[in-house]
Amino acid sequence: MRSKSVTTLAGVAALALYSSMAVGSKYNFPEPQSVIAQEIYDQHIMLLWVCLVIFVGVFGVMFYSILKHRKSLGHKAANFHHSMTAEVIWTIIPCIILVVMAWPATKTVIAMKDTSSPDMTIKATGYQWMWGYDYLQGEGEGISFFSKLSTPRDQLYNKAPKGENYLLEVDNHVVVPVGKKVRMILTANDVIHAWWVPALGVKQDAIPGFIRDSWFTADKPGIYRGQCAELCGKDHGYMPIVVEVLEEEAYAQWVAEKLAGSADAVNLAAAKTDMVAEVDEAIEAADNAISENN
Amino acid sequence: MAAVHGDVHGHGHDDHHPTGIMRWITTTNHKDIGSMYLWFSLTMFFTGGFLAMGIRAELFQPGIQILEPELFNAFTTLHGLIMVFGAIMPAFVGFANWQVPMMIGAPDMAFARMNNWSFWLLPVAASLLIASFFVPGGAAAGGWTFYPPLSTQGGLGVDMMIFAIHILGASSIMGAINIITTILNMRAPGMTLMKMPLFVWTWLITAYLLVLVMPVLAGVVTMLLTDRHFGTSFFNAAGGGDPVMFQHIFWFFGHPEVYIMILPAFGIVSEIIPTFARKPLFGYASMVYATASIAILSCVVWAHHMFTAGMPAVGQLFFMYATMLIAVPTAVKVFNWTATMWRGSMTFETPMLFAIGFIFLFVIGGFSGVICAIVPIDVQVQDTYYVIAHFHYVLVSGALFSLFAGAYYWLPKWTGQMYDETLGKVHFWLSMIFFNVTFFVQHFLGLAGMPRRIPDYALQFADFNMISSIGAFGFGLSQLLFVYIVIKCIRSKEPAPEKPWDGATTLEWTHLPTPAPYHSFEKPPVVK
Repeated sequence: MRSKSVTTLAGVAALALYSSMAVGSKYNFPEPQSVIAQEIYDQHIMLLWVCLVIFVGVFGVMFYSILKHRKSLGHKAANFHHSMTAEVIWTIIPCIILVVMAWPATKTVIAMKDTSSPDMTIKATGYQWMWGYDYLQGEGEGISFFSKLSTPRDQLYNKAPKGENYLLEVDNHVVVPVGKKVRMILTANDVIHAWWVPALGVKQDAIPGFIRDSWFTADKPGIYRGQCAELCGKDHGYMPIVVEVLEEEAYAQWVAEKLAGSADAVNLAAAKTDMVAEVDEAIEAADNAISENN
Repeated sequence: MAAVHGDVHGHGHDDHHPTGIMRWITTTNHKDIGSMYLWFSLTMFFTGGFLAMGIRAELFQPGIQILEPELFNAFTTLHGLIMVFGAIMPAFVGFANWQVPMMIGAPDMAFARMNNWSFWLLPVAASLLIASFFVPGGAAAGGWTFYPPLSTQGGLGVDMMIFAIHILGASSIMGAINIITTILNMRAPGMTLMKMPLFVWTWLITAYLLVLVMPVLAGVVTMLLTDRHFGTSFFNAAGGGDPVMFQHIFWFFGHPEVYIMILPAFGIVSEIIPTFARKPLFGYASMVYATASIAILSCVVWAHHMFTAGMPAVGQLFFMYATMLIAVPTAVKVFNWTATMWRGSMTFETPMLFAIGFIFLFVIGGFSGVICAIVPIDVQVQDTYYVIAHFHYVLVSGALFSLFAGAYYWLPKWTGQMYDETLGKVHFWLSMIFFNVTFFVQHFLGLAGMPRRIPDYALQFADFNMISSIGAFGFGLSQLLFVYIVIKCIRSKEPAPEKPWDGATTLEWTHLPTPAPYHSFEKPPVVK
């Protein structure tokens, strides 16, 4: 019997080791790159430990019973079948654990919902099957482009070797400056899509006819990849999101290049006036929709 | 069924039923109908399983190999619909048909003809679903949740799916009414509500949930139908409608539906654990209250499926707290099962193995459920493989394992022969191992960022997908063993002992011969 308990203990230890290995590798969330993503990451780890403790507790008792209280060992069945005290205790303890779990989550929910006073605002529109981006407010205002999967078709159909960022690469990155609060306004043109960048902790459905918002502040420059997360038809798997976070100067340069590129247009001024009016309208509409929503 | 004529009450004239195929078409006998439900759901289980194999084969390696994206989406959609509405739900109704009358000492179901009708609707609906693969445009490909506007885009396949759901819903409602009426009116004298076996209790509560939410599903698919064909704009923003409203209505059905598929599983496990621990169920009353609380809570948590759809912080917090609360009655159940096993005199035949496997894996699914309930974490894992792993832990190793447990437990009573114990245990261990190989790694895929419902994926997901696919093929093949075991049991010449489980205490074991006669309890037993 001793050897059995030792085996059980060894098994539990191996399991614990295995799950601690999981932390910070490809077995877990990607490395968080924003405050919100960091909070999510930490809460998830905390919950895993809570779950592990409960798991070991409950199944420790159950497997002890399974090993010891068997007929083949000649164990005689007891006949108890009720205990008010036990019932009350094991109703109250889970409640307390839940409160401990809910408290930090509540604070994060409130923080996630706070899209007020952003440094810049970008509207993302989901299309079957690409994303459209309009820089509505802040540095880069007026920039507008589409962002499509750039993985060649031959790679999808196994006619060419697959590249490093297979299915996670686009022609035009969404470029944002580091350390600035970016408010994302989400909508869609046809069906529901979802804009998701795991490292930044943002996932928000883009719903046709409705406007939703979310926000992130990227901690570090870099390229962060995500995908559409709501089934949107046949090419749902082929509309990735790539966010490129730049230092402030580099971002200013990118904005200048982007705007100069569009300055080639003949009646730039007229276009710009229109655009500003449109942008103002869009922001107003978004604000209304969101304040109604909240 | 010759033995039936020698039955104690000698009501031989009842047995002049037609033979051959007409027996099954016209039958009003709860045992015949129960068997038909079970065979139907087994067939659907393999149909849905075939689709799952297709999905896993496509996902075996990155790139598009065997299923084009549109067909892949049709496979995932129909896999979900067929497993939920064709396999799991009818299987539990099959168990209810066989067991509820025998466990409460009733001669049959309350509405015997309606019972027949609610079964025979099922093959019609299943044919519609399967045939939709072969119509122009193919089968519905908008996911089993068929969110508009995507589902307004599909072709004839979507309409066939809508009608199939209408029919399945009608069947479920009739089945539920039948079960409620039977339980409330036909219990043997002395069997008060609080003396009913827990399986009967869980089915009573489940049946109420069905009556509550199936009409909501019927309503929402009808609105979708009129949006598609008759110019309404319930869910079309361009016409003043609201696509998110669909999600609210759908999940008002959809979440209780989850509990419709798990409460009877709790019931089956609550019958099996005490039998094999040779000890009465611990905390019977609290089990009943826990079941009822789960059912009530399940009606106020639906928007936790929609945390990323966008709703006010207050809404998110309410649905988060309500969802987390469900963990409490569920935990009470697990503790009660453990306490039932504690200081018992346990043996581990196949039904007990599946019941313990159920508790073990269901708890893992419960943990990932609590994690999904936390809004910030759900924002990351919603619509990823993490969620796929979560609900397969509660539906496959939850609902399905309990069905296997129940099938092994009652097969001797139903057929009069014993199943092959060794093969049963092999079936359990194969299922247990391959299930975890398939689904445990999907947690990691989801955390690492793989969305669900995609036919192809980035290269960092390749190794886990391959492991998952290998597990899935193993799991699928292992289930063929179950069919073999069942057929072998039916054809076996060796009669089962009158009471193969010495710890069983419910009426079908204590008051009826084995196999159960065609008509049982024509005179109600008296329960003290």
